Amino acid sequence: MREERSDMSEDDDGGGEEKDSWAPGLGVAGKSRGAPYPLPPPLCDQVLENVIENVLQFLTSRRDRNAVSLVCRSWYRAEAQTRRELFIGNCYAVSPRRAIDRFRCVRSLVLKGKPRFADFGLVPIGWGAHFSPWASAMATGYPWLEKICLKRMSVTDDDLSRLALSFPFFKGLTIICCDGFSTAGLAVFAEKCRHLRLLDLIEDYFEEEEYEVVDWISKFPQTTTSLETLGFDCLPSAVNFEALEALIARSPALRQLRVNHHVTVDQLRRLMVRAPQLTHLGTGSFRSPEEGEGMEHEAHLVSAFAASRSLVSLSGFREVESQFLPAIYPVCSNITFLNFSFAEITAEDLKPVIRHCHNLQNFWVLDTVGDEGLQAVAATCKDLRELRVFPLDATEDSEGFVSDVGLTAISEGCRKLRSILYFCQRMTNKAVLTMSKNCQELVVFRLCIMARHLPDHHTGEPMDEGFGAIVMNCKNLTRLAVSGLLTDKAFGYIGKYGKSIRTLSVAFAGNSDMGLRYVLEGCPKLQKLEIRDSPFGDPALLSGIHHYYNMRFLWMSSCKLSRRGCEDVAQRLPRLVVEVIRDRPEADDEAVEKLYMYRSLVGRRNDAPPFVKIL
Amino acid sequence: MDGGVGYVDMDALKATELRLGLPGSDPPEKPPPTTTTTARPTKRSLDEDRAARREPSEGGRATSTRATKAQVVGWPPIRSYRKNSFQAMKAAAEAAGLYVKVSMDGAPYLRKIDLEVYKGYKELREALEDMFKCFEGCKGSEYAITYEDKDGDLMLVGDVPWEMFTSSCKKLRIIRGAEAIRGLGSSQ
Repeated sequence: MREERSDMSEDDDGGGEEKDSWAPGLGVAGKSRGAPYPLPPPLCDQVLENVIENVLQFLTSRRDRNAVSLVCRSWYRAEAQTRRELFIGNCYAVSPRRAIDRFRCVRSLVLKGKPRFADFGLVPIGWGAHFSPWASAMATGYPWLEKICLKRMSVTDDDLSRLALSFPFFKGLTIICCDGFSTAGLAVFAEKCRHLRLLDLIEDYFEEEEYEVVDWISKFPQTTTSLETLGFDCLPSAVNFEALEALIARSPALRQLRVNHHVTVDQLRRLMVRAPQLTHLGTGSFRSPEEGEGMEHEAHLVSAFAASRSLVSLSGFREVESQFLPAIYPVCSNITFLNFSFAEITAEDLKPVIRHCHNLQNFWVLDTVGDEGLQAVAATCKDLRELRVFPLDATEDSEGFVSDVGLTAISEGCRKLRSILYFCQRMTNKAVLTMSKNCQELVVFRLCIMARHLPDHHTGEPMDEGFGAIVMNCKNLTRLAVSGLLTDKAFGYIGKYGKSIRTLSVAFAGNSDMGLRYVLEGCPKLQKLEIRDSPFGDPALLSGIHHYYNMRFLWMSSCKLSRRGCEDVAQRLPRLVVEVIRDRPEADDEAVEKLYMYRSLVGRRNDAPPFVKIL
Repeated sequence: MDGGVGYVDMDALKATELRLGLPGSDPPEKPPPTTTTTARPTKRSLDEDRAARREPSEGGRATSTRATKAQVVGWPPIRSYRKNSFQAMKAAAEAAGLYVKVSMDGAPYLRKIDLEVYKGYKELREALEDMFKCFEGCKGSEYAITYEDKDGDLMLVGDVPWEMFTSSCKKLRIIRGAEAIRGLGSSQ
């Protein structure tokens, strides 16, 4: 679900779920807030607490709740009693036991595990983030649990089974970028979870062989279901289509359906006919089942879309045949989210579609549409809030289809833009500067110039000025990812102007320790910092000692860190877990290849694999 | 540069690398990390594995043509889920084989062969001989193997390197008799 996706995005951070107070000065006193109190409060306090509790029920934002919990003990207790959704941004920052002891009435849990760079193969397999200890703790601690959302965790089939069996009121499971489970686990889950409303699998990793695949769709209860959301677009194996169709037919509450690439256009039409009330649709492959059978499916597909008056979100299009694109015209003017990021379409394919999409707010697309395609987007989508342009060929020397031209066009047409992710092979400072001036509401700016150390392709200069302009002009910026040729100057700008930045991603940038120092000394709101292949060493690392307790994590790989520097940090900050991840087990080098450090209430974890050394 | 992707001779690479860095700017000194221990084995792209085993360089066809630039792990930062979505499609297309029609003068019907199955011209010749044995006839076995290339021209098989041939061959034609002898004579 779109809303849930943005909740899980890295830039929307609570700022401290179990934060209490991390300032080094408060030391033990701050931490003991979690401990049980020896005496119950007197009667008048009890009344006050009840009143507070009634008021706090209406408070849902976790940042507000964290602030409330710091007012006094009474408010702390009241808040703990009334918190229904628990967000844990780092599963190793706190133990399941502590979480359950403090927050007794949780109905919904969000749990995140591995660092984000794990998505790009930088974290070896077996590193950790196992869901099992959480699953078993919650089975006893939160019998009323209704929803779980997991991101970058290792989830086993046993975990899924336990979820289904332990929580009689379980309603919703969202699993994002996780691994370790299979269709066998899904089958048990589908069968045992009688009141399921939501099952959403987003970009998960499956490792099953063909013969191991289980028909899990058939395992849903045969009676009318309460399903509202069913998403399995990342599933590599085909599902039993007849069973799926029958499931849809007996799920009158279904609003969101995302099928995988095995579903062809004729099958899609059949599903749409069963569920004309859908609001979110993942269209699967969007191609015909046989070669040359297109014509007969086109007409029926158009009428299926015409009948789906509630559609606001479209995705899929995995193997799209452009002849079928006109079928979506009837819904274009209503849709707010369009995900074409797996569709290899050209500007010519895109233009007739995007022309109708006046209300589009979120658009994901492949760079195959080129600058010309982006110009068409800029011309129509005046309400655009989020744009993501992904590369078809994610290698450094691939041919780039989008450039500074597309970026400039977007900035001129889409003034309300808040979030952009843009992969390209060419960029100029001028274009970035233009965007910083035109799109002042930017909250997320992630530019990935794919060739490393690439300068401005017009002037040959570093990209310092462009990124500098972004931090200067976009006062609401909380998330920034930089690329291209960058000197310490760029970091100087970030440290000077990036006062709201919470998440920063750096790769192949900077000249010296000063770069990192500018950031650590200048950005007070910094929570998540991930750096790779940049020349920052121990002095730079040490310059952030005053701030690390306020951060969720720091990742540094292929930089210039040494064992000594990291040990120094570990010694000075006892509540910080400092992990050195080695690629080769025999290497006990002085040089640190990968550093991952994070604050934690529970000290070093006991499930670290041999290649992880905790200092 | 073969075998593990990450390990390159950094000095050689630096010498040839074209950089527009500022004077005194410091490129990262550590060599890019190896892929083998860190990258997740992607079972889904089985065809990619097959391609990698066929050729010594990692990643099969893609990296073997980009000789000088070392491919770095995890860069550009695209999730493997997304990378695999496109590679799987490419791999599926490649795995389908390189089927071309083979016609022989005088034969009542054509055949189809998968060029990817053969390692070189010798194997191809042997396979074709075998396939068209029944049509030899008593006139003897003077024949020339020709092919139609991308531009539609009729070319003699065997002049260009095997890879170039397989990538440009659209169909094969076996010419027999006097026509063939004439052609063969001039090509020696």
